[in-house]
Amino acid sequence: MPIELYRAAFAYPDGSPALSSVTLRVGDGERLAIVGQNGAGKTTTVKLMNGLLKPTHGEVRVDGVLTTDRTTAQIARIVGYVFQNPDDQLFASDVRTEIEYLPRHLGWPDEMRTERVERAIDITGIRPHLDANPKDLPMAIRKFVAIAAVLVGACRYIVLDEPTAGLDARGLDLLRSMLDHLRDDGTAVVTITHDMRFVIDTFDRVVAMADGTVIADGRCADVFADDEVLHRARIKRLIVAQIARDLELSRTALTVDDVVALVP
Amino acid sequence: MALASLRDVRFTYAYSDRPALDGITLEIESGMVHGIVGLNASGKTTLCSLIRGIVPHFHKGELEGSVEILGRDLLEWDPAELSRTIGCVFDNPFTQISGIRETVFEEIALGLENLGTPRAEMIERVERVVEQLGIEALVRKNPNGLSGGQRQKVAFASIIAMDADVIVIDEPTSQLDPDATDAVFGIIADLKAQGKSIVLVEHKIDLLAEYADRLTVLRAGRIVTTGAARDVLTSDELIAAEVPVPEVTELSRRLDAIGRPFVRTPITSAEAAAAVSARIQEASNAH
Ligand SMILES: Nc1ncnc2c1ncn2[C@@H]1O[C@H](COP(=O)(O)OP(=O)(O)OP(=O)(O)O)[C@@H](O)[C@H]1O
Ligand SMILES: [Mg+2]
Repeated sequence: MPIELYRAAFAYPDGSPALSSVTLRVGDGERLAIVGQNGAGKTTTVKLMNGLLKPTHGEVRVDGVLTTDRTTAQIARIVGYVFQNPDDQLFASDVRTEIEYLPRHLGWPDEMRTERVERAIDITGIRPHLDANPKDLPMAIRKFVAIAAVLVGACRYIVLDEPTAGLDARGLDLLRSMLDHLRDDGTAVVTITHDMRFVIDTFDRVVAMADGTVIADGRCADVFADDEVLHRARIKRLIVAQIARDLELSRTALTVDDVVALVP
Repeated sequence: MALASLRDVRFTYAYSDRPALDGITLEIESGMVHGIVGLNASGKTTLCSLIRGIVPHFHKGELEGSVEILGRDLLEWDPAELSRTIGCVFDNPFTQISGIRETVFEEIALGLENLGTPRAEMIERVERVVEQLGIEALVRKNPNGLSGGQRQKVAFASIIAMDADVIVIDEPTSQLDPDATDAVFGIIADLKAQGKSIVLVEHKIDLLAEYADRLTVLRAGRIVTTGAARDVLTSDELIAAEVPVPEVTELSRRLDAIGRPFVRTPITSAEAAAAVSARIQEASNAH
């Protein structure tokens, strides 16, 4: 069963209208990226998906049930959210305790706990840091700790808020293989990112947001071909794709490979 | 005078068994944009902290070798004076917001207030950076009610408003959309045009290729290579350090590999556009 937002609107308590109307569907096992200008409402949208926020108008359903009819804790078992700022999420004084918190809290049998914890540690590559205090780790690794802490729970949907921020090439590779792993498991993943190269190399479906609403939702090739969408969402195509377009070699070139083939 | 001059520097954080920086000999000239790249945990932030005196004044550890900042030994600098001389934008935008001011405007003005800047000048400077970053709509908001990228813009604005001659900037665009990222680099270019010196840690190699004069590549606390940006970006050391080459340089390398090289390896988008354009011209002449 999917996550469905239908004309969902949200305003923060200070009156800021963060979302005007968002209609969006995330299918079971699907993977997609959300991109768009700073302040467009990406984080607000995904917080509606996992029930951290409830819509002020419109509807948000998870597995067919309105989020307003469930507690945040219930929804969080189905939709896991990794915060944009890992420090909003992490609280334990060592990494292992952090990752084992949920299984212990839920009283899982030892065997199940060990299996889920080991799996989360492996696919996020944080094994060297288990004894460290998350506070002493670099931001990029703290983010992977935050991801592991969410992966432990067997959520069918995972939302990653800006996991690419500050990542080096190795980190990006690790993230990509983690996403593949989750796809093979049938877990749906929604990823917010400003890294267009990562989007183009990793996702088929991309959702572009601007001014509190979704302005495009479709295949990367189509979304990145539309100048109006790029302008409104403050995003860009790859530099080489832009060159190919400016020199009238192609209006649809997307990747570096595409452009290699086009240069006479 | 050099902005920073490091000789055989080794620094080990207290309680750490390995040095964060080792064998660092580096001259950072004034009036330039000096980019620092490398994998996560390769020592980039520690190098910034050293230039800014945070290491070893606040983050304790063992410092060997010599570090001169603007011609004076680091250990002879008064930390407060050094912090006024060198502006510093940290890599975590979430912790740089003070949280003690009610509006974004006041938050950006906070540093100037602490410096005792006259009110009229303070307002003028804040308004200027607000306009440069296009964050006019945010000035009345509470800094705690900002999106991630908005926070990063405000943190950057607060430091730029202080107008120091030397600015050390650690990953200023990690949470920013592509347009805002360009705006930040535009401001950095402006600062350089005003004669300021900038040390910039950034993963976005395409933008460093456009804006940096010099680049230093770190790996596991050591310098792999340092020099003019073009030389570094077209060197094999960059690849050995697992730093990606600019997209246009990658295009050039791929064409090279299939026997259709450009005459000269591009590092900027303008150079690549010119190279591709020349090839289109050649192809049409051949017909
Ligand atoms: N806690 C809050 N209180 C008040 N306003 C908020 C709060 N959090 C966000 N906003 C506002 O809501 C709007 C949408 O914010 P949101 O965090 O969803 O944006 P975003 O698309 O995730 O941006 P970014 O790319 O910068 O992370 C912005 O205008 C922001 O200023
Ligand atoms: Mg956000």
